[in-house]
Amino acid sequence: MARPDYILFDRDTKAIFWNLNRNAIQRMLDYDYLVGRSPSIVAIVAPTQSRKFEKFFYGTQEIMIPIYRSTTEAAQAHPEADVLVNFASFRTAYDVTVEALNIPTIRTIAITAEGIPERLARDMAARAKKEGKWIIGPATVGGIAAGAFRIGNAGGTLQNIVKSKLHRPGSCGLVTRSGGLFNELSNIIARNADGIVEGIAIGGDRFPGSDFLDHLLRFQKNPQVKYMIMLGEVGGELEYKVAEAIKRGDITKPVIAWCIGTIAKHFGGEVQFGHAGAKAGADRETADAKNRALKEAGAIVPDSFNDFPEVIRSVYEELKAKGEIGEIEEPEVPPIPEDYDKARKAGKVRRPTHFICTISDDRGEEATYCGVPISEVVEKGYSIADVIGLLWFKRKFPQWASKFIDMVIKIVADHGPAVSGAHNAKVTARAGKDLISSLVSGLLTIGPRFGGAIDGAAKYFKMAKEKGMDPYEFVDYMKKVEKKPIPGIGHRIKSTKNPDKRVELLKNFAKENFPSTELLNYALEVEKVTTAKKENLILNVDGTIGVLLVDMFRNLGFSESEIDELIEAGAFNAFFVLGRSIGFIGHILDEKRLAMPLYRHPWDDILYDVKRPEGV
Amino acid sequence: MAQRGIREYDGKRILAQHWKEYFAPEFEYDFKSVLVTPETDLDSLPEKYPWLKELPLVAKPDMLFGKRGKLGLILFKKEKPCDVDYETAKKWIREKMEEEVEIKGKKGKLTHFLIEPCVPHAPEDEYYVAMTLGYDGDHIYMSAFGGIDVEENWDKVKEVVIPPLATEEEIDRLIEENVPQEIKDKEKYADFVKRLYRFFRDMHFAYLEINPLVMVENKVYPLDFVGRVDDTAQFLVGRKWGELEFPAGFGGELSPEEKYIKEMDEKSGASLKLTILNPEGRIWTLVAGGGASVVYADTVADLGYVKELANYGEYSGNPSRAETREYVKTVLDLMTRHKDPQGRPKILIIGGAIANFTDVAKTFDGIIDALKEYADKLKEVGVKIYVRRGGPNYEVGLAKIKKAAEELGLPIEVYGPETHITAIVEKALKENP
Repeated sequence: MARPDYILFDRDTKAIFWNLNRNAIQRMLDYDYLVGRSPSIVAIVAPTQSRKFEKFFYGTQEIMIPIYRSTTEAAQAHPEADVLVNFASFRTAYDVTVEALNIPTIRTIAITAEGIPERLARDMAARAKKEGKWIIGPATVGGIAAGAFRIGNAGGTLQNIVKSKLHRPGSCGLVTRSGGLFNELSNIIARNADGIVEGIAIGGDRFPGSDFLDHLLRFQKNPQVKYMIMLGEVGGELEYKVAEAIKRGDITKPVIAWCIGTIAKHFGGEVQFGHAGAKAGADRETADAKNRALKEAGAIVPDSFNDFPEVIRSVYEELKAKGEIGEIEEPEVPPIPEDYDKARKAGKVRRPTHFICTISDDRGEEATYCGVPISEVVEKGYSIADVIGLLWFKRKFPQWASKFIDMVIKIVADHGPAVSGAHNAKVTARAGKDLISSLVSGLLTIGPRFGGAIDGAAKYFKMAKEKGMDPYEFVDYMKKVEKKPIPGIGHRIKSTKNPDKRVELLKNFAKENFPSTELLNYALEVEKVTTAKKENLILNVDGTIGVLLVDMFRNLGFSESEIDELIEAGAFNAFFVLGRSIGFIGHILDEKRLAMPLYRHPWDDILYDVKRPEGV
Repeated sequence: MAQRGIREYDGKRILAQHWKEYFAPEFEYDFKSVLVTPETDLDSLPEKYPWLKELPLVAKPDMLFGKRGKLGLILFKKEKPCDVDYETAKKWIREKMEEEVEIKGKKGKLTHFLIEPCVPHAPEDEYYVAMTLGYDGDHIYMSAFGGIDVEENWDKVKEVVIPPLATEEEIDRLIEENVPQEIKDKEKYADFVKRLYRFFRDMHFAYLEINPLVMVENKVYPLDFVGRVDDTAQFLVGRKWGELEFPAGFGGELSPEEKYIKEMDEKSGASLKLTILNPEGRIWTLVAGGGASVVYADTVADLGYVKELANYGEYSGNPSRAETREYVKTVLDLMTRHKDPQGRPKILIIGGAIANFTDVAKTFDGIIDALKEYADKLKEVGVKIYVRRGGPNYEVGLAKIKKAAEELGLPIEVYGPETHITAIVEKALKENP
């Protein structure tokens, strides 16, 4: 890249950004868009990221920036990048910098981290000098080459950047220690003169990687820079290097200089004013001594920070009168699209949603179940059935309903290993599949023939009752019209003489606790008709649960059509699915515990009846 | 902060803990030092350190200030050197703890003392060695004339600079070549300095001085040790330092409020600093940013009101609303404790430069929370508030604080980046001279 040695950043500068700091990266890209240059960041380094790209905006357009695991890798893929914006923490910033200093294509490194040990900061500076490279920082917001390149967050908001004329070059070269005052001075310079060509905040640490003089000497060589401003601080001797350079004639352009911290003299060096590097160890290091030395050397030194604006204005006016500074044609600034989130917060935009949720909310301090914070669910002793009430039906169940659901889940939890679902789960587990696959293979058998009787019973008994069929009519209807057995009626072993204990428990509980059990009563009338035909045609456990669920929802105030909707939606079946999952998981864990091998069905248990089709 | 002074006791303790790694077996150091604090039970101390009863002792304050010998604050003789026993030392320490002393113009009580065995030695065994961390490299100062007169003999001190990226061989060569002529056993002295330099470097000391350094054969007695470490290296060598306290200088003990803010600062990713300059002062500042805070303080002083400036401090690095609230409450609490004796209103400067990324609205929310809590007290002492700030969301922040103050009945003037950063100081002082 052919750019003069005094130019660190121009409109073609490409940078690698260390650390996936989305805000800072987006701010740099917004700046690029604002000044009408191509995106300045070509790569991101994030050692712990598994993603290969991250999306960012360039104007309204989305662009993808590749992510690499190391700076070396990023630099190999992007030799055009000669700047590293090092946003690593104080723990890693040194290692990142040393790695980058050894990469031939990287020339400038800006380090934001505050709190890098002084010895390490000094070593970085020495290494950079040896390699002929530049370090800006540590502990700095960075800087801006106006209209060309922005380091990280320097310059603040885009609105401020435009107000402070940081989006196009002016005629001042600025160097400060502090990042906040860098912004402030840019603002003052824009108000009283025509803005800056380039501004650097060298950072508040004792040993900055590059100092005031390093940058002022670059500005001296840069023909765009007509005068310079340096804002120093109490502490250290870096400002003397500038005074000497002015005396020697190494710097000939006008330098407006000021060191802040003149207050320190009133407190005998006991109070730390400002940055880590800002404590006067000796008289020479006081702000007053340095301001004096700068003035003697020939710098233009205001009487106080308050006088800065006037001094800048007069220097600018003088250079303008001499014809050294001309008029600047203000470039047109494209509108920067606002971020959707921000605009929405400000009430400026709206958008229809794609999803609706009426049962839970995870946006606040704590997630809620139907408005009840989870901690309250626990603290107030909600049962699993109560949680089901909130999340499935948006109701706080009364105690009788809650107890009933609890019974249902216990009763349907398992029915041995031989039923189709449990069998499937076991076979899948033995095939070496994971718990979820095994569980799902079991659940997939649940349907009209397995576990479906709850739904069926609820549906048909409810229909019959609603249509006013008497039990005989209903039994007849099922036989002649539907042409199928009544769901929920019949058991393999149990009969009137040998009643099912589970059914007895459910019936008794409902009769004692439900406000009314209309459908159960009807089903029992039907049972009388069926058991008269055959002893084992009893209302079985599925049938009992089915009709009692209908009774429960009626008692909870659900309308008939709402209950029909619930049945259609599979809500009744859901109790079986949930309960039986407990059993399936038990069988799967059992298989895993026993380390059973792959199951293969024996030949002698299969009727093979394979015939070759004719003519084949 | 970065460079922090440590106690002589801690310096020697760290040295002893790592002696094996850096100095043994060529040199020996028999570490016998006890730190006495106001909590120490002097009567039972010898049970833990039997040598206190067996050896002649030296006792001196261990509170970061120097020239203790010249201040008469080193107890090493009753009648002749090295005849102080434990009872005498105990009595002396108890006496000194009661007295008020003045050091460098600061009055205060002595609280921390060091007791060590007294080491009889000839003046010619007293050497000097010191090291500092500088921009151009590490500076090593070596001299054959140690002791309390080293400053008078500063021309005899040889200084050598170890450049930042020096190799191990270069370090050794530079030290060897620069050992002062007057030192008797140059080889041994150089060997010790070479090792001490590695210790200084690896432990992230910023300053280390042993004066006098007594060497008798291979036995080393660092009779005095002054050290400053770079506290930002905590994450690298904190474990090697062990329990390390960074005491304030003599008379510079932190007030409870300063301590509270300091503790908050240490826990936070943001920066929160508070120094009380004059608790009775009339001008209080709440300024965002390390640089801007200095500019505000400078301006108060420039306008001739430094005596009335109550505090110096800053908050920056995008502190949370809660952190800002606590910080502001601490300042408001301090400023509402006394009325101005002349009945003038107090001035609260809420200032700052144009922030780069700190969310002004968010930090102002924290300030408003605190103003609400202290509104009554602020009205009682009579406060005028002057605000100037810029940066992300500043319009929202400024509008909010104006509205809040007006609702609370607190007089307020609010300015944005179009007003010069320190213009509010001038305005405030003109309106309330």
